[in-house]
Amino acid sequence: MAILEVKNLGINFGGLRAVDNFEISIKEDELVGLIGPNGAGKTTIFNLLTGVYFPTDGTIELSNTDIRGRKPHQIVHLGSSRTFQNIRLFKNMTVMENIKVAYHNRMSYGIFGSVFKTKRYRAEESVANEVAISLMDVFELTSFKDEQAKNLPYGKQRKLEIARALATDPKILLLDEPAAGMNPQETEELMNTIKLLRQRFGISILLIEHDMKLVMGICERIVVLDYGRIIATGTPAEIRSNPEVIKAYLGE
Amino acid sequence: MTAFNQTLIKLLTNKKVVHYTFITLIFIVLFTMIKSGTIDRYISNLLIMVLIMIIMSTSLNIATGFMGQLVLGHAGFMAIGAYTAALIAILLQPYIESTLLLFIVSALAAMIMAGFAGVLVGAPALRLRGDYLGIMTLGFGEIIRVVITNLSDITNGAQGLYGVPRIMTFPIAFWTTVIVVALIFLFMNSRHGRAILSIRDDEIASESVGINITKYKMIGFIVASMFAGIGGAMFAFKEGFLAPSSFGFMKSVEIFVIVVLGGMGSLSGSIIAAIVLVFLPEVLRSVNDYRYLIYSSLLVIIMLYRPQGLMGTKELDLTQTKSKAIQFWKNLKLLPGKIKLLPSKIKALFLKWVASIRKLLKLNQKGSDC
Repeated sequence: MAILEVKNLGINFGGLRAVDNFEISIKEDELVGLIGPNGAGKTTIFNLLTGVYFPTDGTIELSNTDIRGRKPHQIVHLGSSRTFQNIRLFKNMTVMENIKVAYHNRMSYGIFGSVFKTKRYRAEESVANEVAISLMDVFELTSFKDEQAKNLPYGKQRKLEIARALATDPKILLLDEPAAGMNPQETEELMNTIKLLRQRFGISILLIEHDMKLVMGICERIVVLDYGRIIATGTPAEIRSNPEVIKAYLGE
Repeated sequence: MTAFNQTLIKLLTNKKVVHYTFITLIFIVLFTMIKSGTIDRYISNLLIMVLIMIIMSTSLNIATGFMGQLVLGHAGFMAIGAYTAALIAILLQPYIESTLLLFIVSALAAMIMAGFAGVLVGAPALRLRGDYLGIMTLGFGEIIRVVITNLSDITNGAQGLYGVPRIMTFPIAFWTTVIVVALIFLFMNSRHGRAILSIRDDEIASESVGINITKYKMIGFIVASMFAGIGGAMFAFKEGFLAPSSFGFMKSVEIFVIVVLGGMGSLSGSIIAAIVLVFLPEVLRSVNDYRYLIYSSLLVIIMLYRPQGLMGTKELDLTQTKSKAIQFWKNLKLLPGKIKLLPSKIKALFLKWVASIRKLLKLNQKGSDC
């Protein structure tokens, strides 16, 4: 069963057709890479999938529900979560709080519950704490628990952003250039983390990345985009030898 | 004996116990001083004013400090609360004997009316950001004042509303303030509070983790205006007389200054700043004309050296006071040494300045040569 089913997706910015006839189907547990030269429309597609932009045409189905026209927070509710190309953390909040904010939708106590510290409040808060602690464990952030997010080193900030995205309990995770600005060693570490989180959480991932070693190393399927159109799809090996991809993106 | 010591240590490190005891102690001390006449009427009135400003600034702190939305019309909500409470109290006075009950009923009504005004203003205003929101809320504050002035049938217009029962006693004011601040504190430490905090840091990220930012902006704004309504009710019952001019733009600024000075996002900061800024002009009364000169230069100095406000975003934690006090004492001991160094530092700075000017002049000469 497909988690994410996109058909005939397109968007116009004035006279510019930024994305045209984009199609993708991501199954459970699948890791798909989205690559292409700068300005090909990769991030635009992410913004379409997360409800930041409204598509001009086409359909987007997230676990069989049409999500066109829904607000970003509603789409998160339906099981999709994302990270950003330029890290967007809650800089003045601690690492722990950053993760707990994302756990928001999985709690249900109301304003009066928080004021009177009801049983439900205490139970849900303690579950939230446990989830946050276990996520910090997975991403090796435990020692930074009470540190403000802005004080973390770059690689840890990337990790925290992924941890935060996972706290919303997504079925599919959209990672926008997670390795941007990382050195080879950090990229290696990130690759291991992504592998680990697939094992542990069993979620589908759609990944935008320019680091070919990472993309070719972990993706099962790759979609190549150029000028808003898909020019190739296939396994890493197929993509590497596709003449059109070489011409448009990889270089000879 | 050791068992006793252990329980004592346990109690002294328990945040709840320490803080509630501290508050009760303050209350007992102040209350006995007022009852015995050590504190005269003038000062006890000032104390109530401090408490009102604490409510006003902590409530504004929700919208401006925690949520990061510039709100410059907080006195408008205070005015709505004050007039609602006053009118209802005048109406109900013959029927309700107990002043406490009268206060509770009218304060609740004030809260509801101010909250309702919060909905009306918030819905359109919160679509705007930053300065634009500031201007709009400022405009709203003025509208409220003008409307109250012109509704002379109900509010007696610019002449002011007389005959409001002066039922504001120190204990009522004190415990109302404690309850309001505690409510705000508990609210900010819940998932709702965290959602509001995340809006301040990054709206887009906040939406991308599933927070309905429109809803939470409204909630934050409404909660802030509701508590401002209570502050207004207390003000009405303290003064016994209401005029629209008491809720002008300067009142909003006064509240805003307290929030900024205390630290945007720190409730204890707002409390400390409210105490300081209400008492300061009174303490400075002796120097007469220079009063506001000192007051405003103090603000400038604090903003220069502590732009994040007195407390930043941190909260005062009494269980940590001992180690903090020791730290402070150590720093204090170092102070004379630092002061000795000061002249040489100033000299170095001055020399640096002169050198940079010389460099600039030389560059200019070269420029004219060409």
